[in-house]
Amino acid sequence: MKYFYLVWKSLWRKKIRTILTILSVFVAFLLFGLLNALNQAFGGATDLANAQRLITLDKISIINSLPSAYLTRIESVPGVRRVAHASWFGGYYQDPRNQFAQFPVDPERYLDVYPELTIPDEQRNEWTRKRDSVIVGRALAEQYGWSVGDRIPIYSSIWTNRNGGQVWDFEIAGIFDNDDPRSNTLFMLINYDYFDEGRAFGQGSMGWFILSIDSAANSAEVADAVDTLFANSPNQTKTSTEAAFAESFIGQYGNIALIITLILTAVFFTILLVAGNTMAQSVRERISELAVLKTLGFEDRAVLAIVLAESSLVMFVGGLLGLGTATLLINVILAGNIPLPGIYIDARAILTGLLYMALAGLAAGIFPAIRAMRLTIVDALSRA
Amino acid sequence: MSWFHQIIAVTTLNLRSIPQRLAASLVAVIGVAAVVGVFAGVLSMASGFKKTMVAAGATDTAVMLRAGSTGEMASAVSNEQIQIIATAPGVRRDDAGNPMVSGELYVVVDVAKKSTNESANVPLRGVQPAAYGIRDNMSIVDGRPFEAGKNELLVGRSAQRVFKGLELGSTIPFGVTEWTVVGVFEDDGSVAESELWADVRVVQSTYRRGNSYQTVRAKLESPEAIDELRATLDKDPRIDVDVFTELEFYSQQSEAMTTLITFVGYPVTILMAIGAVFGALNTMYSSISARGKEIATLRALGFRPLAVLVSVIIESGALSLIGGLIGGGLAWLFLNGFTVSTLNAASFSQVVFDFAVTGELIRQGLMAALIIGLIGGLFPAIRAVRIPVATALREL
Repeated sequence: MKYFYLVWKSLWRKKIRTILTILSVFVAFLLFGLLNALNQAFGGATDLANAQRLITLDKISIINSLPSAYLTRIESVPGVRRVAHASWFGGYYQDPRNQFAQFPVDPERYLDVYPELTIPDEQRNEWTRKRDSVIVGRALAEQYGWSVGDRIPIYSSIWTNRNGGQVWDFEIAGIFDNDDPRSNTLFMLINYDYFDEGRAFGQGSMGWFILSIDSAANSAEVADAVDTLFANSPNQTKTSTEAAFAESFIGQYGNIALIITLILTAVFFTILLVAGNTMAQSVRERISELAVLKTLGFEDRAVLAIVLAESSLVMFVGGLLGLGTATLLINVILAGNIPLPGIYIDARAILTGLLYMALAGLAAGIFPAIRAMRLTIVDALSRA
Repeated sequence: MSWFHQIIAVTTLNLRSIPQRLAASLVAVIGVAAVVGVFAGVLSMASGFKKTMVAAGATDTAVMLRAGSTGEMASAVSNEQIQIIATAPGVRRDDAGNPMVSGELYVVVDVAKKSTNESANVPLRGVQPAAYGIRDNMSIVDGRPFEAGKNELLVGRSAQRVFKGLELGSTIPFGVTEWTVVGVFEDDGSVAESELWADVRVVQSTYRRGNSYQTVRAKLESPEAIDELRATLDKDPRIDVDVFTELEFYSQQSEAMTTLITFVGYPVTILMAIGAVFGALNTMYSSISARGKEIATLRALGFRPLAVLVSVIIESGALSLIGGLIGGGLAWLFLNGFTVSTLNAASFSQVVFDFAVTGELIRQGLMAALIIGLIGGLFPAIRAVRIPVATALREL
């Protein structure tokens, strides 16, 4: 630490070069943060899943719906605590470009199974009471400037209503939040009863069931028991944990994680080369200065430490700024507004980033530092 | 010596001395190569996806969906409406005089991907007999067409490559029913090749859709006939459909996905390019500061500042271009034609496509490389000619 002033001074020996190097490290770690968050969304959505929730779907295809009579039958399976259901409404607001998810659900059951969704009690009661009302996620409400009490027309591209039209009018009864900062709130919950009575076809069907179970430990047995229950009916089911469901759904997008890893590798490789080259250059130019330091009595090891400290400092200043900017952007500024669940920079990503900064500082500085350490005073001074 | 000759002389001198500064120059080259490689790699996904989607699009085929539907899956069309469309003007008739109209059902079935063994939403299209004639490039390359009324599948070439259990002759269960693969078709690498085809009546009964359809495809007498068809159907109170040409329809279906990839691809590239500019700047600053004495000597000999300036920029530009060519070349070598399958949110089903590193992408990548090189060279070049000769000579 006592050499900090010396390190600091020699760092600013060539201002432009140091600033450029710091900026490129900044860019590298900004990208690292953003891509890591994206990777988290694609690879880590399973972390978000609740181990005590199972999803039951039609076995042939996710687009087929199931009879509503299944609800109570599933609830009677031992180990199942509570069952909720949801359907796909497939609507948009005003323009087909404004698509977001809307689910007709049973209010009590749904909020019971998803305790992380929070809403003030009076709004919750209003939604339950008023049949043509909906609740919307905070981010969604902000996006379209909606507030409680607004009436909004939603165009369903699937469901024709009793009047033969595709437009459904809803009143906003409340705005909900999600306790988990990694989740988004870009969806709307509709009263199922109103939806079911209002639609021109498909009455009495439900899209899928969400099962809250007593213990995550026997999820496999419960899932089997549910599927066995309907094995001989025309609508066979497929039950899996929320994690497995999320994973297989995300898996449908293909190997995004691999592509992201490839990009990251390319970026890091590039930045390391640039920074390493700069460090080497800087040491080369200062050979005579380092020799003078040694003449003054600095030990070999101190010289090594000074050069390494210099390269690490560059990496940490640029890296912390970059990763900090990315974290601020993803976790604070855009939080809840990204239409991808689980996009978040967590502690593990930050620790990984810190580790990379340390490694990069070491890798970029080690050869110049060893060279500086091995300098013999006479050679160095005479060469200059 | 004219200034032009001076530029050539100094540039030659610079380029010849690159081997002495090999490490630093290599850094600049690799930096730019990484930028162009990542750019071409990421965007080749978007271009490949688009190519597959739009290759399917004919301008003399009309696709009709219920008005306001965002995709085939959300649409619904009744049998009566199909009969109305079949008699509408502008619809082509085959040699036997039958209208070339196919009512189709588009659903998804769970089939595992070969690569991950995870199940995926594979599109299953129920078609009427006219469907074959409507698609110009479609041909059955193996096996035979499905027989009416049977649980038989005709599978697309791409689907067969990517998904499990679709070999000719094999059977695959969808729920309680067993299906047999009886044929394989190709359609010029288009999105149709990601699909499984079956008799629409069988799909209707399997999916309990009664006698309803989702989309209608019709071959037109000419690309211009679409206007007439659209006008007729708009006026008819019994029918409420959106009429697109197949090309319009597939462009629309691919828009969200290509926009997403582009929105990820361009910012990542721009950020990386900024990093590479810093790298190039660093390299060129070091390059001129290492050659400060030589440059000063040249100027003392009477070389004009402009010649020195231009030569530094040319050197930096050349290094960047080489980097760009390497990056683009590697992307082309390793990624072009790489087959992947992804979920297209617009149709909620899998699309199999190949990465396409197109000439246009390489051109854009090289432009980026050139810009990086020019910026990376400009400021150091200005510095090189600004330092007074006497100072520079004394410095070392």
